[in-house]
Amino acid sequence: MFGKLTLQSLPLDIPIQMGAVLFMVLVTAGIIGYLTVKRKWKWLWSEWLTTVDHKKIGVMYLVVAFVMLFRGFVDAMMMRSQQAIAEGAAQGYLPPDHYDQVFSAHGVIMILFMAMPFIIGLINIVVPQQIGARDVAFPFLNSVSFWLFVAGMVLVNLSLVFGEFARTGWTAYPPLSELQYSPGVGVDYYIWALQISGAGTLLTGINFVATIIKMRAPGMTLMKMPVFTWTALCTNILIIGAFPILTVALALLALDRYLGMHFFTNALGGNAMMYVNLFWAWGHPEVYILVLPAFGVFSEVIATFTGKKLFGYTSMIYATVAITVLSFIVWLHHFFTMGSGANVNAFFGITTMIIAVPTGVKIFNWVFTIYRGRLRFTTPVLWTLGFIITFTIGGMSGVLLAVPGADFVLHNSLFLIAHFHNTIIGGAVFGVFAGVNYWFPKAFGFKLNEKLGKRAFWFWLVGFYLAFMPLYVLGFMGMTRRLNHYNNPAWQPYLIVAAVGAVVILIGILHQVAQLVVSIRDREKNRDLTGDPWDGRTLEWSLASPPPFYNFAVIPEVHERDAYWAMKQDGSAHQRPAKYEDIHMPRNTGAGVILGVAALILGFAMVWHIWWMAALGFLGLVVTVIARSFEEDTEYTIPAEEVERIENELAAQRQLQTSEA
Amino acid sequence: MTRSKGFSVFKLLPPLAVLLLSSCSNLVLLNPKGQVGQDEKSLILTATFLMLIVVIPVFILTLVFAFKYRASNRKAKYSPNWGDSAKIETVMWLIPVMIIAVLATVTWITTHKLDPYRPLEVQGKPITIQAVSMDWKWLFIYPEQGMASVNEVAFPAGGPVNFQITSDTVMNSFFIPQLGSQIYSMTGMETKLHIIADEPGTYDGMSANYSGAGFSDMDFKALAMTRDNFESWVRNAKSASQELNQSSYAELAKPSRDNPVTYYSSVESHMFDSIVRKYMHAGSGKQE
Repeated sequence: MFGKLTLQSLPLDIPIQMGAVLFMVLVTAGIIGYLTVKRKWKWLWSEWLTTVDHKKIGVMYLVVAFVMLFRGFVDAMMMRSQQAIAEGAAQGYLPPDHYDQVFSAHGVIMILFMAMPFIIGLINIVVPQQIGARDVAFPFLNSVSFWLFVAGMVLVNLSLVFGEFARTGWTAYPPLSELQYSPGVGVDYYIWALQISGAGTLLTGINFVATIIKMRAPGMTLMKMPVFTWTALCTNILIIGAFPILTVALALLALDRYLGMHFFTNALGGNAMMYVNLFWAWGHPEVYILVLPAFGVFSEVIATFTGKKLFGYTSMIYATVAITVLSFIVWLHHFFTMGSGANVNAFFGITTMIIAVPTGVKIFNWVFTIYRGRLRFTTPVLWTLGFIITFTIGGMSGVLLAVPGADFVLHNSLFLIAHFHNTIIGGAVFGVFAGVNYWFPKAFGFKLNEKLGKRAFWFWLVGFYLAFMPLYVLGFMGMTRRLNHYNNPAWQPYLIVAAVGAVVILIGILHQVAQLVVSIRDREKNRDLTGDPWDGRTLEWSLASPPPFYNFAVIPEVHERDAYWAMKQDGSAHQRPAKYEDIHMPRNTGAGVILGVAALILGFAMVWHIWWMAALGFLGLVVTVIARSFEEDTEYTIPAEEVERIENELAAQRQLQTSEA
Repeated sequence: MTRSKGFSVFKLLPPLAVLLLSSCSNLVLLNPKGQVGQDEKSLILTATFLMLIVVIPVFILTLVFAFKYRASNRKAKYSPNWGDSAKIETVMWLIPVMIIAVLATVTWITTHKLDPYRPLEVQGKPITIQAVSMDWKWLFIYPEQGMASVNEVAFPAGGPVNFQITSDTVMNSFFIPQLGSQIYSMTGMETKLHIIADEPGTYDGMSANYSGAGFSDMDFKALAMTRDNFESWVRNAKSASQELNQSSYAELAKPSRDNPVTYYSSVESHMFDSIVRKYMHAGSGKQE
């Protein structure tokens, strides 16, 4: 009846895991209780869960990402504390069976369920506003993307309660991830969580490429697009190019595990090297999917807070596109040690280090934007400066790893771990934090507390260096990754420093929580009614904060690169049209949520081999899509008078605050 | 790395510097004991210095500009509409291009020179050792000496060591950090690694690719010995009671953790080939 799922699947004998389960149950119960007591269910359903508004979907992505940052960070604390104590005879408190799940889950969660939704959330909130559009090209599809992503996220977290997660590392290399070596359900959770959320991500990619190509305001040629939108375009092109490769690789692995095929097995002609190639043909573009939009954030932040044009816009765009193209021809640098031969290794080493050229150009661009500017040291600027220094170090260690001769001794060592945390945290995560602090007032109508934001930054920065610089040293001391315990007293002091660093980062995260709580408490004091709290340059700042659900009452016409800045200069900003027109907007729909639930049921059932339930989930997907396709009444009209009323209100607010100031 | 850290979190520098200095000899990659390792060390240093040529100015420019052009400094020049300069942009493309061009040349040459498959051009009689990764231990077969060992590998110092490597389980990576390169071990395939130890000593070896629950204990000692000592090590191994044949191999192949060092006095002929071949033929995992 329930496939492989039995009472033994519950982690009743593992106190740490039961603690986590209890915590999850309590939090969920708390949220359900709050919603019930406050009678918010209807509000939640009609305002949020069923929304097709890109701004609200973006906010939901950010919320999930922040929660997952916690989950992934708890994993990180467990690893750092385990390694800090597990020297010599001491085996630490996490046996390999548990520890191996922890580092696998940490990687999967941090990359796919923390960094990705942070980036996609920002893209969702910002891009349509930056290009002068009322929504994305396919608003319903956007909702589907989000709910598929959530289904994948829930599946990963369900593995804490039912069964186990993969013990393969986040890459799930076969043959280790094959049935012969991983007979449990962990790898199946991995496969289905990534397949379902990956499908959502692919749809996002298609949606935003279409949005950016087709829905820009009149006059906004490609070379007048804001840099963040450019990086979003490149990232979504990368998604379209890369995610299908992951889908195929995981599908083949699933065929091996479910139908006894032999794509990657040891026996019967399977070839695990094929999986490794496919995985990184996705995996390497994936890191640029994460970091390019962060580059975009820094470009917006630095131009805004220096009160100055971005230096070398054209160079910046060419550099971005160059990185986009190059990111597809470097994947082999993840396995120079597989024995490909000198010519192949040298080729991929050199293509990899060529990426340092456009990346270096970008760094120079930001630095020269500061030159002859008036830099305001706000929280987003601190993250940006922290990024420039930190990411440069990460780039340097990356180029070092790109030299095959150096990689032969550094591969799979803690030097590598330090390197990619240096680029993903110092690049993507710092970028996201800069972006959240920068666009928060746009999304919510009030600013975040600066003092706590700055403190959070300093704790994060110091914590980061404490946590990861020792790992570089440990790499040189010959310490390899994913060790559960070790026999080398010289390593231990460094691992203790790294654990202390993780605690300092934790203090940084707690400050971010405090920043959010305090800012919400003081929201009336920090209210931004002008819509332009930073003296911004791009179109989103021409709107009210938060913008009306239709964003633009009148689609703006663009003549300059920094469109809103130019309008402010020539006095054409905020001019009221003689007459408003009706606006057509998409209706909310529950179909996205239903598809997400059906996908979750399908995934969970497949993990546990509960075939009737899988059929049910699949049927749910098909029926919902068909039913939705017969829905004709998917749009509604806001009459011109209503638009005028809203706009009058917003204009009055703006005037009020401007005159007060 | 210390140099670069100093700029942003200089407070951390003193304790880290103390840690660094106190454990220099533990930085095994910077303290190599063989030609391959030495070449790789100097490659790492060359590449790092090349990059510092551009990285250090970036740090200085960032901090100097951020300080000088702070909003409160009204004396600094402010050019809100200045956003292009052909001169600066040419330089900012050219500098990284030149550095990467040099580094790419270095990479091309060293990648060929340090190719793990390339036999070393050094004096001395080479020795061939066949290494097999298993769950979770290393088996070393000495075809020339006709014996085998588990979790301990010995060879004469001063002469090239030719490793033939395969796996009888999932992918692992064969790595003795102080002697240089690592290479994956994979079923049904033979990978090669050529290294040398310049002086006698005991070096840590390990699997550098995660391979499951017993992975952390897949470490072993690599003993580089004088020729005399090596010969007596071989004699000692050959006096062991066990022989490596199909049945004792099947026993060894069962998953086990933290295996003690063991020796096999003799090895059935073509043992290594049969381990490689069993995955190359259809099906059952049995060889013909």
